[in-house]
Amino acid sequence: MTGGLTLADLPMAYAGPPPGPEGPGGLPRLLPAAGAGPVDLRPHLARYGALGSAAGPGALIREVAAAGLTGRGGAAFPAARKLAAAGEARPAPVVVGNGAEGEPASSKDRSLLWISPHLVLDGLQLAAAAAGSATAVLYVRRDERLHGRLAGAIAERAAAGLDTAGVDLVQAPSRFLAGEESALVSRLTGKPARPAYRPVRGLPRLAPGRAALVLNVETLAHLALIARYGAAWFRTAGTAAEPGSMLVTLHLADGRTSVAEAPLGAGIAGLLGLDALADPPPGAGIPGAAGPVQAVLVGGYHGAWLPAAEAARLPLANEALLPLGAAVGAGVLAALPADRCGLAETARVARYLALESAGQCGPCFNGLPRIAAALEHLAGPRPDRRALGDLERWAGLVTGRGACHHPDGSVRFIRSALRVFAAEAGLHEQGRCRGTDPRPFLPVPAGRPASEEDWS
Amino acid sequence: MGRQLRVDPVACAGHGACAELLPELISVDEWGYPIVPDQPLPRGLQRAARRAVAGCPALALALTRVP
Amino acid sequence: MSGITHTTALWYASRATGVVTLLLLTAVVVLGILVNRQGRLPGLPGFAVTGLHRNTSLLAVAFLAIHVLTAVADPFVTIRLAAAVLPFASAYKPFWLGLGAVSLDLVAALILTSLARARMSRRAWRGIHWLGYAAWPLAVVHSLGSSSDARSGLVLALLAGCVAAVVAAVAWRLSRAAREVPPAGRAAAILSRMSARKAEL
Repeated sequence: MTGGLTLADLPMAYAGPPPGPEGPGGLPRLLPAAGAGPVDLRPHLARYGALGSAAGPGALIREVAAAGLTGRGGAAFPAARKLAAAGEARPAPVVVGNGAEGEPASSKDRSLLWISPHLVLDGLQLAAAAAGSATAVLYVRRDERLHGRLAGAIAERAAAGLDTAGVDLVQAPSRFLAGEESALVSRLTGKPARPAYRPVRGLPRLAPGRAALVLNVETLAHLALIARYGAAWFRTAGTAAEPGSMLVTLHLADGRTSVAEAPLGAGIAGLLGLDALADPPPGAGIPGAAGPVQAVLVGGYHGAWLPAAEAARLPLANEALLPLGAAVGAGVLAALPADRCGLAETARVARYLALESAGQCGPCFNGLPRIAAALEHLAGPRPDRRALGDLERWAGLVTGRGACHHPDGSVRFIRSALRVFAAEAGLHEQGRCRGTDPRPFLPVPAGRPASEEDWS
Repeated sequence: MGRQLRVDPVACAGHGACAELLPELISVDEWGYPIVPDQPLPRGLQRAARRAVAGCPALALALTRVP
Repeated sequence: MSGITHTTALWYASRATGVVTLLLLTAVVVLGILVNRQGRLPGLPGFAVTGLHRNTSLLAVAFLAIHVLTAVADPFVTIRLAAAVLPFASAYKPFWLGLGAVSLDLVAALILTSLARARMSRRAWRGIHWLGYAAWPLAVVHSLGSSSDARSGLVLALLAGCVAAVVAAVAWRLSRAAREVPPAGRAAAILSRMSARKAEL
């Protein structure tokens, strides 16, 4: 694993034979073989072949169901069920590829869109066919270069007569919640990208009588491969319960970030270069290829911290992670170096999460800032003990009382920090801190939302 | 089949009328927003619950059916 | 001077109920502003302000009905019942009565949509409810133009009081709204307050 994250040259974790009916569960599937750059239309068609038009939407949905493809946006909802619901909806729903990627620690979606846009666009066409829709939308985080590349790819396909459904490119605001399903739908109707109250589950509604089928861009890319190579091929990677591969964003202890493709169930230790057999004394970090690591953040800023020794023994699979209060989520793994203060890192992110509140629901915009302030206080020297009690009270008050899961996810993240960094909190009470490196580790965007326009 | 009170947190502006009209079930948090329990409505409170729903100036409270 | 005849009684009744309707509509507008901004009346719980707003509006409708019916029944002037809802359809002072008819139509829309609140979208209900800010001034202007009473003495003083009350309430609403933080800035406002407070600890 090498290289920092630039859109132009993203490194690959595993080099292997290209996917195909003959190949074993070889990776990479979504990303090109190591060393290759972004894949244009001709090399895309050369590697994967054209999409066959033989199988109808019904056959595709059955294949996807057999493959067990789940959403790669974080919620892991079975893709076949969404496609089936879309196929039954009348009139046909608008099909949306969600590439908003509001999570600052995740870069897999924009990497995929930059490197393999045609896999995503193939998947979008397939989803549109399954839904019986003639219109599709690609909803992508604001980025001029990326938009230019995507617009070019769409135009190239149109010129080659590849696409049946027209594809609209829509800009998502650079907000944490921009990719939330109801926020996305709100943005598509011309309103700011704020979550809406959705008491009834099911396909989100763009307007009375018009539904939307929203799928993460990585899910669409997998869809494009399942359509070509089938469910059995898809299952040659991953586990029986969680089949397939997924893109992960890795934040190594030395500060380098990379996007890689890994089979579900891959060992977290292998991905982050950690020593899985280490059994350190409590409070010490475990050794790793990029430096000693004290804790691992799994899933992103709505995910959970795990002690490094524990994480190093776990696979990247919900089966193992859910019982520990963590989840695969959008595939973010961050290895916190041993010389950082976990509380300070979490407090920085908590402040960001509070400021990313849409400001609509009283419990959220009142509770999250107070929780963040309390955590900042606890991350400082000799904090007042009452701050912890206040924090716990507020955490209980915000959970489940917003229109979306922003307060819940943020509280999960913060509570896991208080558990994993409890020893650190003890040190702070004595006026000490293990953090000798004051540099921020987890990526948090600078600046903050000041105005309503930032949400459009 | 029972009924359950649900508050739309986006529409809710923290008027607090619901808590005044149905104090047996609804309380108000330290910021003025209602805490509505996630349980079916007890039988005897149906009438008062309907009054609370009608009394919300923001139309944020609703009585929904639960299977 | 002749005694008070049947016809004179109807004419007086119409003018009197007209004034009362306007007073009640003024109260409805002011109470509506209080409900919207979560203002309180001393000694009353929050839900009572909403209740007063609604009940006063129903009382206003009752007086409005009597105002219209007595005016129509009065043989001294020719006003068809249809002119109460069809603007400018009256033979007598068509313009000023027409304004009253428009106001009545708007009030009817507000009342009917509010009764059917649960069945319509919140946005549609709010959109129609904003028409209250049109219904009230139309009622005021209708009062001024329909009857010479309104241009002198007690009635003029009452009208002036109504206008002053609504202007004050609207000014209060605008000043509160100007100080309100828009959603995008709410969490930030609270965070900076909290951080400043913690720094003092």
